[in-house]
Amino acid sequence: MFFTKFEPSNLEITYHRDTTLMEENLTKTCLHSRHVAQGALMSPFGGFDMPIQYAGITEEHNAVRNNVGVFDVSHMGEVRISGPDAYKYVSHIFVNDVTGAPDGQIFYGMMCYENGGTVDDLLVYKVNDNEYFLVINASNIKKDVDWIMKNAEGYDVKVENLSDYYGEVAVQGPKAEEVVEKVLALDVKDIPFYNFKTFTVGDEEIIVSRTGYTGEDGFEIYGSHSYTQSVWDKLMEAGVQPCGLGCRDTLRFEVGLPLYGDELAEDISPIEASLSMFVKLDKPEFIGKEALAKQKAEGVTRRIVGLELDGNAIPRHGYPVEVEGQKVGEVTTGYRSISTGKSVAMAMIDKPYDKLGTKVEVRIRKKTFPATVVKKRFYEKNYKK
Amino acid sequence: MSKVLDDRKYADSHEWVKVDGDVATIGISDYAQHALGNIVYVDMPEEGDEVTQGEDFGAVESVKAASDLISPVSGEVIEVNEELVDQPELINNDAYANWIIKVKISDPKELDKLMDAEAYKKITEE
Repeated sequence: MFFTKFEPSNLEITYHRDTTLMEENLTKTCLHSRHVAQGALMSPFGGFDMPIQYAGITEEHNAVRNNVGVFDVSHMGEVRISGPDAYKYVSHIFVNDVTGAPDGQIFYGMMCYENGGTVDDLLVYKVNDNEYFLVINASNIKKDVDWIMKNAEGYDVKVENLSDYYGEVAVQGPKAEEVVEKVLALDVKDIPFYNFKTFTVGDEEIIVSRTGYTGEDGFEIYGSHSYTQSVWDKLMEAGVQPCGLGCRDTLRFEVGLPLYGDELAEDISPIEASLSMFVKLDKPEFIGKEALAKQKAEGVTRRIVGLELDGNAIPRHGYPVEVEGQKVGEVTTGYRSISTGKSVAMAMIDKPYDKLGTKVEVRIRKKTFPATVVKKRFYEKNYKK
Repeated sequence: MSKVLDDRKYADSHEWVKVDGDVATIGISDYAQHALGNIVYVDMPEEGDEVTQGEDFGAVESVKAASDLISPVSGEVIEVNEELVDQPELINNDAYANWIIKVKISDPKELDKLMDAEAYKKITEE
């Protein structure tokens, strides 16, 4: 037996604890020594040495679904765009529309290339018309910052990469509000879904948003490294379950949220990823608009759908999807869903096999297993809106 | 500290094999089950299938990963452990009692390529 890579395969995660060769090049978050001291299984992710699991993926997953858990997500990147042209510039690089939004609102969306391929998916926090705060994927920080810098030419904006300054934790689950209020003494109950608030703690300003990547209610808290460490320590003292990236992936997957590298990529557009609701084609202009408008009008040749397998075999990233022996697509993420027990997947499928109810087969090693195209939401979100 | 039993041989890919006459009983080591974490699925061959030393015959899967099972011997599968279909976690409970397949060995000389408990112990302690 070989301890093959964790899925999704692009995560460069392996079960080997002996990672001496890679360790030198990995960045450590401000909570790294705590993860090691707490006995987490560590593995490389997006250039960082990150905790994959503490108690076990299933236990941590269930803690977030039923109670509360906390993630170190300090590997995420933060970029501030400010200046007189901030609104105009964010509108130029972002496919969603921030026009007319009240200060404190957050938007999910993508940055795209001219050809419609995805640079990254991200959150845009509107501080005010002259200042936006972007949260980007760890593995894309350098690429994104280069992209943002390059396209800022001719706009009166200042671009600051604050990724090294900010630590971030995500407190997620039905008890998240209670825990953030009581344990962290932050008044967050009036923050609406996809909004944020800043707080002054000591001599620094921290950011708290009602966002997450689990399908549950929860908060993401951005502050200095020392503040982030104090938050982590308080949550540990209060007995909150520390959670690793393992269950972060099973949780986001069950509610159909994409992961860059699996469901989105440089050669996968938001339309192909079945995320066209975030692409606002009625905006006057943005990078990629022409290509995406064409894809929407003429249709795409493939798109991301859900699959439900008959039986217990587990579909994984990269496994072929077939119809009558011909390959018609590939699994992008797959699991035995922890919350429902079903073997389900997200997959990139050629048309016309993407229609709901289509019977396909997933090739798992030497055998194929029947599956049905379903909606890519395997578990209902439980947001507090 | 993972357990290594003296009464069987081991492959460097972490399968164990216990030989009784010309029948090899095959499973995965305690070290392997520990490294995998909670096992949620075991993909097994069928009775009558041929397996070949060094080639995969199935997989053991945790929530996150599928790990190929590599056959330590060549021969015909004469029995698969049906209990693992509904209770794959039995391997986590006791990796040595809960075997995966039994194989009628076609070439007993292949067994010489496997490690004894002493040698395997060294690998897992590295």
